[in-house]
Amino acid sequence: MAAKPKLYYFDGRGRMEPIRWLLAAAGVEFEEEFLETSKDLEKLRNDGSLMFQQVPMVEIDGMKLVQCRAILNYIAAKYNLYGKDTKERALIDMYIEGVADLNEMYLFWSISPPNEQAAKMTQMKDKIANCYLPAFEKVLKSHGQDYVVGNRLSRADIHLVELLYTVDELDPSLLANFPLLKALKTRISNLPTVKKFLQPGSPRKPPLDEKNLAKVKEIFQLK
Amino acid sequence: MAAKPKLCYFRGRGRMESIRWLLAAAGVEFEEEFIETREQYEKLQKDGRLLFGQVPLVEMDGMVLTQTKAILSYLAAKYDLYGKDLKERVRVDMYADGTLDLMMMIALAAFKTPGEKEENLALVVKKAKTCYFPAFEKILKDHGEDFLVGNKFSWADVQLLEAILMVEELDASVLSDFPLLKAFKTRISSIPTIKKFLQPGSQRKLPPDSHYVKTVRKVLQL
Repeated sequence: MAAKPKLYYFDGRGRMEPIRWLLAAAGVEFEEEFLETSKDLEKLRNDGSLMFQQVPMVEIDGMKLVQCRAILNYIAAKYNLYGKDTKERALIDMYIEGVADLNEMYLFWSISPPNEQAAKMTQMKDKIANCYLPAFEKVLKSHGQDYVVGNRLSRADIHLVELLYTVDELDPSLLANFPLLKALKTRISNLPTVKKFLQPGSPRKPPLDEKNLAKVKEIFQLK
Repeated sequence: MAAKPKLCYFRGRGRMESIRWLLAAAGVEFEEEFIETREQYEKLQKDGRLLFGQVPLVEMDGMVLTQTKAILSYLAAKYDLYGKDLKERVRVDMYADGTLDLMMMIALAAFKTPGEKEENLALVVKKAKTCYFPAFEKILKDHGEDFLVGNKFSWADVQLLEAILMVEELDASVLSDFPLLKAFKTRISSIPTIKKFLQPGSQRKLPPDSHYVKTVRKVLQL
C-alpha cells in the first residue's frame, strides 16, 4: 500500500493550506510534520531535504517536492482535477494564479506589523471587491455552469472556494453582491470530501493568532 | 496559417521576459505591442482583455491569457518542453519556479530606492551563489546528463540559462565555483534557437533602466 503523502510546514495555513485543501478534496489522506522552531527548519535544510532551502515540502510518491505551484500541479494532475486538455488547463492556471496572488496578499498581511495591517487590509479588500470577485463572478455567469472550468470539478473550484472562505472570515459583506460565487461556495462545500474537510478536527488550519505568529517569526527568522 | 502569438507588455523584461525566452527557445515567432501610456493600459482594461486588470497578456490559439505562470505552462506543454510524464513535469515545475523566484527578485529590485536596490541585488547574488546555483549544480552532477530533466531540453533549461545570464549581469564571476553550470550555459546557449535569441536585434529586452521604471510607474500609477 502506498505511503501517505507527508507535509512539512508549520502548524498553520501559510503557503501549505491550498495543498491541504486540494489533497482533502481529492480524498487523499496525508500526514503532517510540524516545524516548531528554527532548529527544525535548519535540520531539514541540513538533511538536504529542501531543494531551495524552503518549505513547503511534500514527500509523495518517492519524491521530496518543493515549490507550492509544482506540488499543486502534480496533485491536480495525478487526481484528475486539472481539466481535460491544455486549453482547459491554461484557463484553470490563469484563474488559480489570480487566487494565488490574493493568497500572497493575505499571507503578507497576516505577518505584517500591527501598524501596517490596516492599510494592507484596505488594499486587499479593495482588490477583492473590485477586481477578483467580479472577475470570477463574470466567469461563472459567462457559461452558467456549476463548475469554474469545463463543466466538471477541477482544482479551480477548490482553490476559489478556499479563497471565498478566507474572504468570508475577513468580511462576510464582501460576498454579498456575488450570488454565483455564493452558490459555488455552497455547492463545493457539500461535496463529501470537502464537507469532511470543513468539519472540526480535520487537517484544516485556523487563521494565525498572536502566539502562532510569534512562532512563525522565530521559525523563519522574520523581523 | 496560424496567427503569431501576440504579447502585450512594457518595453522591458519584467514579468514577460521568461515568456519571450520560452517562445524563442521553441522557435516560435511572436509579435509585441508595447504599453507606453496610461491611456493604452486603461483601454486594455476597459476592453476586458485583462482578467485581473494586469499584464503580461498573451493572445494565442484563440485565447486571451494573463498570469505569467499560466502562460509559461501552456507554452511548455504545447511545445513539448515539459518532460515526458507527470514525474518529469513536477521536476520541470520545481526548477522553473525556483529560477522564476530568483529572477523576480531582480525585476522588483529595479523599483526600490537606490540604497534598497543595491541591498536587494546583493542579496540576489548571495542567494544565487549559496542556494540556487548549488542546487542546480548538484542536479547536473547527480545525473551527469546534458539537460536538467529527462535527458531532454525542457522549459527548466531555458529558465536556468535566463537566470544565469541575469545574475551574471550583476556579478560576472558568479559561476566561478560551478563548473557544470558553466558547461551548461555554453551548451544551452549554442542551441540554434537560443543562439539566435542571444544575438543583438532579437526580441530579448535589456535590464531595467530609469526610463523603463518611470514608464511602468506612470502607467500602473505606482
